[in-house]
Amino acid sequence: MTGIVALYIFMLAAFTGYEVIARVPVILHTPLMSGSNFVHGIVLVGAMVALGAASTPLEKAIGFIGVLLAAGNAVGGYAVTERMLEMFKSSGAKGGKGGGAKGTH
Amino acid sequence: MDLQFSADALIQASYLVTAFLFIMGLKRMSSPVTARSGILWAGAGMLVATLATFFYPGMSNYPLIIAAVVIGSAVAWISGRRVAMTNIPQMIALYNGMGGGAAAAIAAVELYRGGQQSTAGAALAVVGGIIGAVSFSGSLIAFGKLQGLIRRSLRFGGQQLLNLLILAGALLLGALVVSGVNATPAVVSGLFAMALLLGLSMTLPIGGADMPVVISLYNALTGLAVAFEGFVLGNAAMIIAGTVVGSAGTLLTQLMAKAMNRSLGNVLFSGFGDTGGAAAGSAVTGSLKPIEAADAGVMMAFAQKVIVVPGYGMAVAQAQHKVWELCQLLIDRGVTVRFAIHPVAGRMPGHMNVLLAEAGVPYDLIADLDEINAEFETADVALIIGANDVVNPVARNDKSSPIYGMPILNADKAKNVIVIKRGQGAGFSGIENALFYLDNTRMLYGDGQAAAAALIGAVKSV
Repeated sequence: MTGIVALYIFMLAAFTGYEVIARVPVILHTPLMSGSNFVHGIVLVGAMVALGAASTPLEKAIGFIGVLLAAGNAVGGYAVTERMLEMFKSSGAKGGKGGGAKGTH
Repeated sequence: MDLQFSADALIQASYLVTAFLFIMGLKRMSSPVTARSGILWAGAGMLVATLATFFYPGMSNYPLIIAAVVIGSAVAWISGRRVAMTNIPQMIALYNGMGGGAAAAIAAVELYRGGQQSTAGAALAVVGGIIGAVSFSGSLIAFGKLQGLIRRSLRFGGQQLLNLLILAGALLLGALVVSGVNATPAVVSGLFAMALLLGLSMTLPIGGADMPVVISLYNALTGLAVAFEGFVLGNAAMIIAGTVVGSAGTLLTQLMAKAMNRSLGNVLFSGFGDTGGAAAGSAVTGSLKPIEAADAGVMMAFAQKVIVVPGYGMAVAQAQHKVWELCQLLIDRGVTVRFAIHPVAGRMPGHMNVLLAEAGVPYDLIADLDEINAEFETADVALIIGANDVVNPVARNDKSSPIYGMPILNADKAKNVIVIKRGQGAGFSGIENALFYLDNTRMLYGDGQAAAAALIGAVKSV
């Protein structure tokens, strides 16, 4: 990938990120922040490549910590985002008034 | 050779699929109707990219990689599933910090290896590493503050000058590394030590009330760090995902700061609550008038319309289920009940909606500030439970108050105001609340859950 192509990707992705959430309602701020937190968990693939190329003990140690942290970012981010959005579904279903409290979470 | 080429093409193709799934996922997450499926799309994208990366050409250390992935995933999954909904904001801070730390670790491995082909690559590794390390240590402080592990905000004169010096130091060491003058492991280590220190010293002075904005900012910064390390590794999935999060996160940060009526610079560079507290306190006159739960229950049972204003204190007391039970009783008696949510109710915008959803409150009873503010004048009772600053009228009329200008819920316009409060202390920001001293306000002292239970008993016995 040449530098200029990378810059094009960078620019287009920046606009995409802005446009995708430009009109998000306040009620979704927390889940969306959590969701975007999950998305940068993609750092996991980079950490895996870095550890895969590490040779000295120092590089391996730092690479190991990197993969550990990145996996935590991705999996933890997914777990909490999914839990939050799951609850939004049950309340958005707008069942009968009496049945509203039947969620068991 | 041929085989390796096709493996590489397959990995690139899978990264393309991942980028598509991420963007679609985020798009779906920005609407309540499709939000649930959004995280599934994004999750599928992550799975595709991770599996494909195992086939990356020329990789070694597979046992280490697998061990780190398994351990990191298991710990995060268990903590993520178990954490209480009230503690979600600090968990986001923690996971975000981990992402920043991972980006910094990639930069560290690359710089220790000294394998950069170009100056630009080394520069991006350094800048991404600094941003990632700042996000890592800063997010950990944010986590500590929200979790209650760090209670005091460390402030002293010349703090910003010190931060600037640390940043300059980090950049200087970075310049040494990039220019090739001195790229020894000692200098690289010093660079990261400086960056970690900067995250600490930047975040420690910021008060707990501002933490959501700070977490959101660090979320955007981690995205940017991931994008930069993506450039270094030539990894398109990281560039796209990191940049999308970087720009979306910046926008979210601005929206949050706006909801709190603060500018981002104000949040980052001014101590909140340590100058205006005394001035605001002196403006409050009148007395606090207590009420018994039985009387409050009667007042609500015979009301036409009750607006509940929940705050983080309600969630801390785990009172949301009891409050909803109380509201159901009132609804059965024909009382109109609404929930009024301030943009920063809870620990971050939208957090209170999550907590009420957890208790089973239907969506259509919950209104945000713009929708509900005109309705307070027609409400017989405004029930304030665990909320404080967001209903403080000094934000409207006392220019000396640090929260002056912040949009508030006009609970003081209701005919009667009942405030459920544990004791007589000030709110999260330490500002005295003028609402509590108004003639139409009554204080119901007690733990949120116990008070709600007492109100339920009172309404039932009417």
